[in-house]
Amino acid sequence: MKLLLEISLYFSQFCVVLAMLLCMLRLLKGPTAQDRVLALDTIWMCAMLFALLLGISFASLVYFEWAMLIALTGFVSSVALAKFLMRGEIIE
Amino acid sequence: MMQIPADIPAWLAIIVALLLICGSLITLVGTLGLLRLPHFYQRIHGPAITITFGAGCFLLASMLYFTALQERPVIHELLITAFIMLTAPVTAMLLMRTAVYRDLRNGRRIADMATDPQPVTGLSATAGAKSSGLMEEPRDRNPE
Repeated sequence: MKLLLEISLYFSQFCVVLAMLLCMLRLLKGPTAQDRVLALDTIWMCAMLFALLLGISFASLVYFEWAMLIALTGFVSSVALAKFLMRGEIIE
Repeated sequence: MMQIPADIPAWLAIIVALLLICGSLITLVGTLGLLRLPHFYQRIHGPAITITFGAGCFLLASMLYFTALQERPVIHELLITAFIMLTAPVTAMLLMRTAVYRDLRNGRRIADMATDPQPVTGLSATAGAKSSGLMEEPRDRNPE
């Protein structure tokens, strides 16, 4: 049973990293700026999921706080970039 | 190396593994949609799957695993769930409004950027905009 959990953890880590790579492709080729911001937001989300996976695989609750911080920072950065693209300034 | 206890109960391992595999596949599908869909207004739906179902599966797996491992209710993953449920629609809506503003400012129509090369006929608003010089030429067509 331990083996099953290990295999599934490795598989999901692989899948999340692959998802980040796909987002990186969209970030590099995205035709407009809002595509790039969307891809960056999804990369933040995948990083949060990866922190959760690390927390499960190392059986430590510290990674939960990482995930919380990553989610918070990702939200703030995405909102700031979206506001900047919309108006040309962040705080009006 | 992973630090998984050797005497982990079978039901817990099976449920957590199922949730993890389900969540990772959903995450992969969402980002594949982000990469493959032809148009921004369609592309923004891809990460929504990742954020809701993928993150939901991972958070549920984490909650179950730590609850069974420490033999006490560990539910502070609910904080992340609540935070994501609050912030993901805000981000999506701001990005969508940004896209609408920028497209309007650049004089691009949605039909110009779709992969479908058929021109939309019967749009009288287009003719009015064209006469006022707003839409001379749709720049920067979607290269795909």
